[in-house]
Amino acid sequence: MTTVLDALNSALHQAFADDERVYLIGQDLLDPYGGAFKVSKGLSSAYPERVITTPVSEAGLTGIAAGMALRGLRPVVEIMFGDFVALIADQLVNHIAKFRWMYNNQVRVPLVVRTPMGGRRGYGPTHSQTLEKIYLGVPGLRVLAACTLQAEGTNSQPAGPGELLYHAILRDDDPVLFIENKLLYTAAIQNRESMAEFTIQAIPVRESSNRVRALVTEDYAPTYTLNIQGAPSPHMTLAAYGYMAELAREALARLAYEHEIFGELVVPTQLAPPRAEAIVASARRTGRLLVIEEGSLTLGWGAEIAAQACEALGPELKCVRRLAGRDLPVPASPPLEAWVLPGVDEIVQLAKSMV
Amino acid sequence: MAREYEVLYRSMYRIRCFEETVLDNFRRGLFSGTTHTYIGQEANAVGVLSNLLENDIVFSNHRGHGHYLAYGGDLRALFAELMGRASGVCGGRGGSQHLHYKNFYSNGVQGGILPIATGMALAEKFKGSGAVTVVFLGDGTLGEGVVYEALNMAALWGAPILFVLENNRIAQTTPIELAVAGNIPARFTAFGIPNRELDSSDVLEITPLAKACLEEVRKSSTPRGLTLHTFRFGPHSKGDDSRPVEVIERLRRERDPLMIHASRLPAAARKQIEAEVEVEVMTAFQQAQADPYPTPSEGTQRAEAEAKSIV
Repeated sequence: MTTVLDALNSALHQAFADDERVYLIGQDLLDPYGGAFKVSKGLSSAYPERVITTPVSEAGLTGIAAGMALRGLRPVVEIMFGDFVALIADQLVNHIAKFRWMYNNQVRVPLVVRTPMGGRRGYGPTHSQTLEKIYLGVPGLRVLAACTLQAEGTNSQPAGPGELLYHAILRDDDPVLFIENKLLYTAAIQNRESMAEFTIQAIPVRESSNRVRALVTEDYAPTYTLNIQGAPSPHMTLAAYGYMAELAREALARLAYEHEIFGELVVPTQLAPPRAEAIVASARRTGRLLVIEEGSLTLGWGAEIAAQACEALGPELKCVRRLAGRDLPVPASPPLEAWVLPGVDEIVQLAKSMV
Repeated sequence: MAREYEVLYRSMYRIRCFEETVLDNFRRGLFSGTTHTYIGQEANAVGVLSNLLENDIVFSNHRGHGHYLAYGGDLRALFAELMGRASGVCGGRGGSQHLHYKNFYSNGVQGGILPIATGMALAEKFKGSGAVTVVFLGDGTLGEGVVYEALNMAALWGAPILFVLENNRIAQTTPIELAVAGNIPARFTAFGIPNRELDSSDVLEITPLAKACLEEVRKSSTPRGLTLHTFRFGPHSKGDDSRPVEVIERLRRERDPLMIHASRLPAAARKQIEAEVEVEVMTAFQQAQADPYPTPSEGTQRAEAEAKSIV
């Protein structure tokens, strides 16, 4: 079994092997520890001169990576917990995301900030958040989210999470915030072979949209669609990313086998700038859209996707709902945490109420 | 030597003349946005940057016109940038505080500049280019915590960078006594970064001191600090100087880098330089005024399209 952790770790090793401009900078990276979640394991042994373990200085080390990127290197930043992205806000918003545009396209800032997000491990309010929503809608910053899915698309589109990370590091000339939900690390990569009960398809990145979006390196992040094998045509679209896509996949099966409600699950890997095409296209076919995320409900990713679907489809969209974390801090106590974060039961219940 | 004196004077006078043109014409509505002028501090930029080699990097801040011009930036492009014209340094996108030209960079948010400049210095070290980085900060920026993260990492990893702290003793309207505790050089030496300190507006004192610092940075490939105690004669921005007029007048009498250095030049040579620079600045100013504004170009529209999703 290959886990998402394996895939990400291999991708980093491959990027280091393929291009000596790749550096890794972050806290507690050195072997044998290899980073708090072990994504960086083995790199400091193989490439000691290109792995920089730092003091507890998130803003400073992110700034250092920005300077390295401006001068032609391809740094990867590891922020130990996603909650700490609050500490790098000035670097991301006022420096990294700005340079290319405000310098009139004279520079590029090719860096990737990787960070684990999410709860369900009892770490409490400041180590369990899904904070990427505060970085959605920052012009010049691409936000990607890994998931377990892997499927070959057209051209050289990345197939799974490892390929996506590799592509962000070496093929994207602009800054990327790369979100890794903690529970994905131990989850297995899912593809056609491993998911007997589903069909999976990688939606090709549309060439036509790339032409008008040339300010930022062209789109490459895949969107996947999942359907129940042999099911009738779906009458509901579920949209989810990251680890929520795992829970939504479980809910999709339960809805089909226990309630005869057939849905199509759409899983984007790019959150910002939002790429709603595949979700909207699916909702156009099904007439119903349920958007699911682990982050808090209000003003989140789901709100943007729902708004875009409403604008595009108008009355064609019979029903649209959002399911997300409650607008509360994430508690440490397991039952409280489970109450705050959305789970499979909530997805099934809400989906049932929509038909 | 006389030739070198003239070069320094010309460079400082060009900055002075540029900044005065900006302030005068802001009042007439010929510039847009905001500006932070360098009047009174010219000897710092000229003194430090006259020691640069071609591939060296400069990272500047909100008060960066003097740094940009001393680096060799074009007058017309800077005027045009401040007027929001297409011919500006960054096509009018950046304005006064956001400049990039060759190896010169600036940004208008304080503090965050320091780790970026440190990262640039490290990148050049990793690449083995031999280039060093100069970053300018003011006393006000000492209030930003990320400054100390940058100093720590620059020292830990031996970044070839010179931190030039221009202490003009006032941050916007807040005097240093209300903002900076302890002593400034100790902020460098606490991290093991040797610091040199000078309280002077004389370009002939600043230049050799900066030269010594830069030689050390180059030779040792480690960071150095240079604390220059200085004064700005103009407002923080345009009309927001809260200091008494008499104080400014006294500073102009005692600490004007142009007056100090002018006395070393024969009157005729000085006047000729001034006349030439005035023509140069006025010509650039008039050319920039005639330059077209940018239109929401393909690039701008692409950026907007990028921010939205085209369904």
